[in-house]
Amino acid sequence: MELIKVVDLKKQYGEAIVTPVLFGLNFKINAGEFVAIMGPSGSGKSTLMHILGFLDTATSGKYLFAGENVSEFDDDKLARNRNQKVGFVFQAFNLLPRTTVFENVKLPLVYSDIAGEKEKKEKTDTAIKSVNLEHRSDYRTSQLSGGEKQRVAIARALVNDPAVIFADEPTGNLDSKSGSQIMEILEKLNNNGKTIILVTHEHDTARHAKRIIHLKDGRIISDEMVADRKKASDGLFK
Amino acid sequence: MTLYYTIKDSLENLRTNKIRTFLTLLGMVIGISSVIIIMSVGAGAQSLILNQIKGVGSNLIAVFPGASDENGPPAAVMGITVTTLKYEDSLALMEKSNVTHIIDAAAYVRGTATISWQNRNTDTSFNGTTYNYNSVEDAEVELGRFFSFDEEKSLARVVVLGSQVADDLFLGADPLGENVKIKKEMFKVIGVMKKRGVVSFQNQDDQVFIPLTTAQKILLGINHVSFIRAKIDDEKNIEQTKEEIALTLRERHNISDPSQDDFSVRSANQAMDVLKTVTSALSYFLAAIAALSLIVGGVGIMNIMLVAVNERIKEIGLRKAIGARPKNIMMQFLTETVVISLSGGIAGVIVGALVSFAIAFTAKILNYDWDLIISVFSLILATGFSVLVGLVFGIYPSFRAAKMDPIEALRYE
Repeated sequence: MELIKVVDLKKQYGEAIVTPVLFGLNFKINAGEFVAIMGPSGSGKSTLMHILGFLDTATSGKYLFAGENVSEFDDDKLARNRNQKVGFVFQAFNLLPRTTVFENVKLPLVYSDIAGEKEKKEKTDTAIKSVNLEHRSDYRTSQLSGGEKQRVAIARALVNDPAVIFADEPTGNLDSKSGSQIMEILEKLNNNGKTIILVTHEHDTARHAKRIIHLKDGRIISDEMVADRKKASDGLFK
Repeated sequence: MTLYYTIKDSLENLRTNKIRTFLTLLGMVIGISSVIIIMSVGAGAQSLILNQIKGVGSNLIAVFPGASDENGPPAAVMGITVTTLKYEDSLALMEKSNVTHIIDAAAYVRGTATISWQNRNTDTSFNGTTYNYNSVEDAEVELGRFFSFDEEKSLARVVVLGSQVADDLFLGADPLGENVKIKKEMFKVIGVMKKRGVVSFQNQDDQVFIPLTTAQKILLGINHVSFIRAKIDDEKNIEQTKEEIALTLRERHNISDPSQDDFSVRSANQAMDVLKTVTSALSYFLAAIAALSLIVGGVGIMNIMLVAVNERIKEIGLRKAIGARPKNIMMQFLTETVVISLSGGIAGVIVGALVSFAIAFTAKILNYDWDLIISVFSLILATGFSVLVGLVFGIYPSFRAAKMDPIEALRYE
């Protein structure tokens, strides 16, 4: 099933002095894929992720998400899509400090239409369990290790059962052991059918994906399946 | 997003910055408690003043010599001596045919003098009055008797002492039958008044009473009176009686045009109305000044909220990334501001009430007839105002947070 389709997608910043960032991208991503968007800094990979994740809008071109034309969405609909259709995992974790693991994971539900406190708790517990952090549920996030923090972030991204998980350099702030744990979780999620879009500048990390879209200077220079795919159990940085 | 969640979140954020929250609250606490205290003290002082006037008696009508504007003070109050009012005027007022609801009317002259007995003396004020003083003023004699109508007529040199004068001069000895000296004239003590305390801001126990004519002829050398007090049967007949008194006096003084009146007729109610207006205006004015400090408190809150927004840029970015809409962010910060200002307001109400209570307590100890009055209105006003301050001064910081670009906010270090 075709989940994401991008046609001649362009993005530029500024009005008086125009800085083009993306020059007419075209690609499709099907449901259940594990795609790495790779490129050096300044290649436009973050901008692309922001557009795909409803955080930013394209200057021109088409972006269809599950058949819907995203460029026609208003701010409220973009916010609702961010809440329900996608989940983000950031390099810097971006957890709320001084707040428990449970509260952090629950946060997206606060902005959702789910009214029942019981349903929220069930969903939150399920998400925490899927990253094996049940025993840390009542811990404050400041008491956790980096790897655990990123697992909390993944649980938070999962809590609304979104169609896509965007992971932006998810292992960037982690040691190799914690990093491979995170990649293992992402692989597992993908094996269970979740679409994963991984943004990274590291070739080794990108090789965990099934497919790599290589960006440079705002253009796709290659888009190919990974032949020698890496498994997290092999270790991240051998 | 539920209000419950937002409030819980705000309290959590405020708790993590205890000192800052406390200092921010302080501005509100001072402002709100000042308003409460000033309104309470104002109301307490007002009731004190009104009780004093009420002590004179609300069924009393006073007649002063000299014309006056209806709402201004009588000329006599300004220290101008007007001689148009006579003892015979008071007699005329006591005729039921002239004044329907009259019970009694007493005439007064006043002066101050040194009164001495043996080698002791004390400065006090003397009242030359008529024999029916006690009936008009609801006063009573403790020892001996008051002077009679005959004594009043016959220039008798008798005196009735106020209880404090008796204490000061006789130090517990029996004053009855003793001779005291007032302005070099000897007077025989025939009675001591019962203790009355302070009425109308005058110590009723620190004065002596002598017959009106004696005071006029022997001590003062005049033949007019300072004022007349008339007691009527019921407060509700005040307006009618005032009119009848005026008619009687005009006839006696040969006045046909009311604008040429050489006297003024006043009731305690009138004075009370004027004082009520003045004291209310004063306390509202002071409360308004205190309310100004709330604006200062509000600016403090706005300042701290701008800091809070800047500190939490990343958090705002994250919340937006996981689906918070601008209005959710707006609500979050606005709620936080109102929670600060409202808790400051509530603390201010408590502090204000406690201080008002302490003031009332102290005033009672100092023997003032002080009521603790904290009006519901002032509580509602203070609480409402603190919410308003939170809303007004929270809008700008909240708006800034709400319109933040999530991508830039997430990138912010």
